[in-house]
Amino acid sequence: MSVTIPILILAIPLFMFIFLGLCGKKMSHLLAGTLGTLGMGTVLVLAYYTAFNYFFSGQACFINEAGERLQHVIFNTTWLQFTDSLVIKLGFLLDPISAMMLVVITTISFMVHLYSLGYMRDHHGVFEKGFQRFYAFLSLFSFSMLGLVVATNIFQMYIFWELVGASSYLLIGFYYTKPSAVSASKKAFIVTRFADLGFLIGILTLSYYTGTFNFTDLTSVPVEGLADTFRVDLSTPETVLAGISSGAAPIFMGASVLTWALVLIFVGGMGKSAMLPLHIWLPDAMEGPTPVSALIHAATMVVAGVYLVARLFPLYLMENSALVIVTVVGAITAFYAAVVACTQVDIKRVLAFSTISQIAFMMVSLGVARPEYHEGLGYMASMFHLFTHAMFKALLFLGAGALIHAIGSNDYTEMHGLRKYMPITHWTFLIGCLAIAGIIPFSGFFSKDEILSAAGNYSVWVYIWMSLVAFMTAFYMFRLYYLIFWWKEHTVREGHHAPHDQPWTMSVPLIILAAITCVAGFIPFGNLVSWNGEPYDFMAHFDWSIATVSLIVAVAAILLATVMYRKENKLPAKMKNAMPALWRWAFHRFYWDELYMFITHKIIFGCVCRPLAWFDRHIIDGTMDSFAIVTNKASNAIKPLQSGQVQMYVWLYLIGALLLGGITILCLI
Amino acid sequence: MFCCGLYGFLTRRNMIAMLVSLELMLNAVDMNFVIFNRFLFPGAMEGMMFTLFAIGIAAAETALAIAIIINIFRSVHNIDVRELNQMKF
Repeated sequence: MSVTIPILILAIPLFMFIFLGLCGKKMSHLLAGTLGTLGMGTVLVLAYYTAFNYFFSGQACFINEAGERLQHVIFNTTWLQFTDSLVIKLGFLLDPISAMMLVVITTISFMVHLYSLGYMRDHHGVFEKGFQRFYAFLSLFSFSMLGLVVATNIFQMYIFWELVGASSYLLIGFYYTKPSAVSASKKAFIVTRFADLGFLIGILTLSYYTGTFNFTDLTSVPVEGLADTFRVDLSTPETVLAGISSGAAPIFMGASVLTWALVLIFVGGMGKSAMLPLHIWLPDAMEGPTPVSALIHAATMVVAGVYLVARLFPLYLMENSALVIVTVVGAITAFYAAVVACTQVDIKRVLAFSTISQIAFMMVSLGVARPEYHEGLGYMASMFHLFTHAMFKALLFLGAGALIHAIGSNDYTEMHGLRKYMPITHWTFLIGCLAIAGIIPFSGFFSKDEILSAAGNYSVWVYIWMSLVAFMTAFYMFRLYYLIFWWKEHTVREGHHAPHDQPWTMSVPLIILAAITCVAGFIPFGNLVSWNGEPYDFMAHFDWSIATVSLIVAVAAILLATVMYRKENKLPAKMKNAMPALWRWAFHRFYWDELYMFITHKIIFGCVCRPLAWFDRHIIDGTMDSFAIVTNKASNAIKPLQSGQVQMYVWLYLIGALLLGGITILCLI
Repeated sequence: MFCCGLYGFLTRRNMIAMLVSLELMLNAVDMNFVIFNRFLFPGAMEGMMFTLFAIGIAAAETALAIAIIINIFRSVHNIDVRELNQMKF
């Protein structure tokens, strides 16, 4: 495959960012938006071509004779050379998951570009302030995300990882005159930055002991050989001692270096993917414009953590404990986010917690994947869910954006009964809800079912737990759906015209994404993506008993939501009053934000920063000040000597000269 | 003679008088040069030569000092050295 197309895929968004960023002010709003959208459309075509070529062309560099898909490095150029061994390269790696991610990112990004043409203006069609800046940042984000997924080495990934963090920061804070948006963007940046510290240490540890950054070296060499270089056999004290004394396999605080590296890298993933306890930034990130939430905080950037674990999956397989941590963190997060989502009133917050919960599903799926269970079904299921979730969650967010645009509020209490006013939004939103709830034949059913199946293979407890989360997912999504579109008749506020469907730029992306959501489940995903590249026929492993159970669970949840929320009634209020404590805790997101505020403000600021500030102000500044004060005092004290009386100077000179003369004579004697 | 000059220099308040005292000190030094040269090193002439130079320079220096004093007098109408203390801190 030629180098031109991959380079163009990365270069066009970068060029668009620079061009729109520098010249955007000079051109009209519509021209800037159209240029950005066209640029992204070109990238979309190129990325589809690349992915199609990778999956279906059958070239020897992409697939071997046994039918295994291969990792193919299209180009890899040296970018920075510090020493002979420490070289940082930039390149383009094609393998099943990066090809899939190219498709996901460009699709969602293009939809969002198109949608924003309609969304980023008011009811009179006047473009919002900073419209060109918005498109420039969208292009920057697309560039960074594409660079992240095609990274050939973990350091390139880290660079682009930070770039997506930066563009996320810029876009969350797009409405920079709003204090809540400013603090949300800072929060997102600081929390993910905190996690990235773990990621960086993990990268350095890993590359120090393996001597390479390259993914192909890290994951494709015979895994057993690599394992010996830094794994300590913990079975008996003798083997531990042997491992330590040989120096090749150091251990630190009871765990091998490999475990530490993988767990630290996972911490970076936790930050980006909003896993507990680093999830606090994602609900606040909803302060950004809704298309941004759809693109960055639902479909692409937040799954970077999942992608990272999937990318290093062969390494994770070597270390069972790291995968167990992934599973546990994912399972707890999924449950927590689902509970919280049941009580939120801001529709974007509900979707945000739903996103956290679904990403946690993917994490669990990766955590339970083992080659011995169904040939690593969990890995494939995770990637499949990533794909379908990106589509239907972007759909839901864009639908929510259409609602917010029509109503002018994020709060569902102002919506109610919109189904007649906004039919397109209604139907597409319903498809999204059905997909996330896991109703056949929408895409979410297939992917979620495989996750549950993989979980069931691993442990029945994980399976039950995740089914419970799936139940809550269906419940809160339909709660949201009924509260927006049913509940009671819509009352049009005075001075407002009745809500209506949005212009074509906003409807078309909704319809396209809804169509994808309807058919994506039938993609033979196992043939395209699997943990080791071998084709995998998941229909052969399709477990109808699990599918039936999960379908029953979803339908039961939907029925429950229907009973509670279809028509206005007192049941929800009664349930809320029956468990006031639980409801209050869930409504306040179990006080995680308050906990963080307590830790940062009271403990870190109060107990650490304040003494440090005192020390700085009084001891360090005091020392410096006292130098100045002493000098000042001394000069003031000797100032009167310069009296202006010439004869006084002569006297002093004379005395000095006589003294010197006397001393000289004394010395000579 | 040097001490007379020194005394005058330290006690007279008039700048012209101080200049006269200064000349007195200079001449005392010149005399010393000549006399010490004559009695300690009769064969050498360096003391004499120095004295000649010093006299020449003293003439120039006196002219300079007078010019300064005249300028001071023009600007402040005073040549009392106690009053000329604007150069203090």
